[in-house]
Amino acid sequence: MSHPIEILRFNTCGSVDDGKSTLIGRLLYDSKSLMEDQLEALERSADITGGGQINLANLTDGLRAEREQGITIDVAYRYFATPRRKFIVADTPGHVQYTRNMVTGASTANLSIVLVDARQGVIEQSRRHTYIASLLRIPHLVIAVNKMDLVGWSEARFTEIRDAFEQFLPLLDIKDVKFIPLSALNGDNVVDPSKETPWYVGPSLLGHLETVHIASDWNLHGFRLPVQWVNRPNNPRDPRLHDFRGLSGQIAGGTVRVGQPVMVLPAGHRSTVKEIWTHSGSLEEAFCPQSITLVLADDIDVSRGDMIVGLDSLPGASTELHARLCWMHPKPLQKGKKYFLKHTTQTVQAVVTAIENRINIHTFEAEPNPSELAMNDIGEIRIKTAKPLIFDGYSHNRLTGACILIEQGTNATVAACMLQPPVEPIRPEYNDFAI
Amino acid sequence: MSSYHLDHLQYLETEAIHVMREVAAEFERPALMFSGGKDSICLLRLAEKAFRPSDIPMPFLNVDTGHHFPELNEFRDSRAAELGGKLIIRKVEDAIKAGIAVPTPGEVSRNRLQIPTLLAAIDEFQFDCAIGGARRDEEKARAKERFFSFRDSFGQWDPKNQRPEIWNLYNARVNPGEHMRVFPLSNWTEMDVWEYIRRENLQVPTIYFSHRRQCIRLGGRGQWLPVSEFLVPRPNDEVKELVVRVRTIGDIISTGMVESPANTVDDIINEIAAARVTERGSRADDKASEAAMEDRKKQGYF
Repeated sequence: MSHPIEILRFNTCGSVDDGKSTLIGRLLYDSKSLMEDQLEALERSADITGGGQINLANLTDGLRAEREQGITIDVAYRYFATPRRKFIVADTPGHVQYTRNMVTGASTANLSIVLVDARQGVIEQSRRHTYIASLLRIPHLVIAVNKMDLVGWSEARFTEIRDAFEQFLPLLDIKDVKFIPLSALNGDNVVDPSKETPWYVGPSLLGHLETVHIASDWNLHGFRLPVQWVNRPNNPRDPRLHDFRGLSGQIAGGTVRVGQPVMVLPAGHRSTVKEIWTHSGSLEEAFCPQSITLVLADDIDVSRGDMIVGLDSLPGASTELHARLCWMHPKPLQKGKKYFLKHTTQTVQAVVTAIENRINIHTFEAEPNPSELAMNDIGEIRIKTAKPLIFDGYSHNRLTGACILIEQGTNATVAACMLQPPVEPIRPEYNDFAI
Repeated sequence: MSSYHLDHLQYLETEAIHVMREVAAEFERPALMFSGGKDSICLLRLAEKAFRPSDIPMPFLNVDTGHHFPELNEFRDSRAAELGGKLIIRKVEDAIKAGIAVPTPGEVSRNRLQIPTLLAAIDEFQFDCAIGGARRDEEKARAKERFFSFRDSFGQWDPKNQRPEIWNLYNARVNPGEHMRVFPLSNWTEMDVWEYIRRENLQVPTIYFSHRRQCIRLGGRGQWLPVSEFLVPRPNDEVKELVVRVRTIGDIISTGMVESPANTVDDIINEIAAARVTERGSRADDKASEAAMEDRKKQGYF
């Protein structure tokens, strides 16, 4: 009946009072995604706390503590749809102490919206958020210059802010940036183009979200299947399944075809793909990020944490890793302390052997040899793991190039790490020899 | 040429399958909460997709308040049997008798009493993980949930101290006595659930479709509730036979009946597309206060 609808995931970031929640409220309101009972609840809270003024921010500030303090304390997810696309929105708070929430909300995003108050221009938070979007390699960035009504819809002010961004954007890894002047409170350029900005020829924010090209955001180069779960039926009723041995997982990169030669790492065994099994029937070909079950032609030993890869583009394999990291816990990162490291489907013990630098968020420069990395700090570290990781550089693959650190004992997730590319790809001839 | 492209349901499906397999691989004693409602029906299909041709490697768990719609329980039992799964049912009634759940004087609803009943079941079977069908679009407190939602040894959710959840790297580690609630449908909307039911051609309990039913409006006001042994009309109540269906299923004493001619999944999808109130708008348990869900979740509710 209808054409396929894609999902676009985006997050909003800005500092307190930049109007993030208001902007999301406005998108929901103007795209007619709000229901009568939600509007009634808004009106009720307007009577109680807002002096009769509807506050669109109340739509997303869900927890009692947030309503009381008028702030957003955690990532809130919202959903809305237009006839063209479905949207998953991560509303990420902007306070300096909650950078970890932005990393959380942005890690899965196709697009980040950085809100800037037109009166304030570029502040430290704007630079931090833009830097994090770049660090996480979010494919698309929107700089939403909000509260344009409060600067008289001045094109000069808008240009000034854009110029301020363009001074530091070239230092970052962001390929697609769009600047949009808007007023979330009044709805200008949010869903419908505004009459107030005849000098702005681009799309409204929603217009951009509906049309920005995201089909190429997944990595389709270099087949990677981290083995998640080995599928061996215990007492199959179907005799054909007696010898079934499937390797289940979500493809983390590239494509795979029946008959394709593959290698299982770290052991280095080679085989070919006999079947791509799914509950809905076998496939001839599968691609990232599909969840599949591979059956290989040879009966080789494979378990969770192994990675099945294509031969055309091999990943690295090492116990010595170099990574950029965002520290997310009140207790600072300690050199020499053991952490668990979770990478794709394997968890190993790891020690941070060196803290090479901390990034100065004002200048984006690396300050060498800090004594520690504290909550919300970003820096480069060296890690040694108890078992080799099979990995790619994060810049090449966001799924096989990412890992998290977990504190032993409390099990708190303390860091998000983005791996630097391997020094060299794994050498299969060595592995053949090793077998 | 094939197109390397997932539509929204395929994307949500692969994300949910990944989450389910992480649970099977990372936990020793997981359970899957299955009520027979539309969300958990999707969960079971996703479990089939995640684990077939093997058996689904976890039992199904349901907390029976004693106020369930009979149609729901019948469906629950037959679907679980069809999949060859082990179904564990723990009853609020029994928890009250055992002194595990204590009703406050005059408390009719069993909603709050599900919490101690569930926590006792988790303790009884030493479950370290329970998969649930909750969705973030249902409610404001749920909008802040993680896929992997950590519960301390009291079963409590601490919204201010959640683990950051980055990429698809779920931290599933818990200490003894603690457990995880996992929500594979976190990113699904009500519409996605019905579109998935349509695409997968899934059976649902008959009460989701239009039927004639004796309904009651307490004191002649508010929403239409089903007449049942728990809701017997009194003089100033309004009683009427209506053509209704349920949009979301809670207990029979608090689930609002929606007047609707929707007879097929297609009808329901059209109805939702035109709906002007949210799904939870018909659940009296959520209207108790602005923070009703948040408060219950902190105590151990799903």
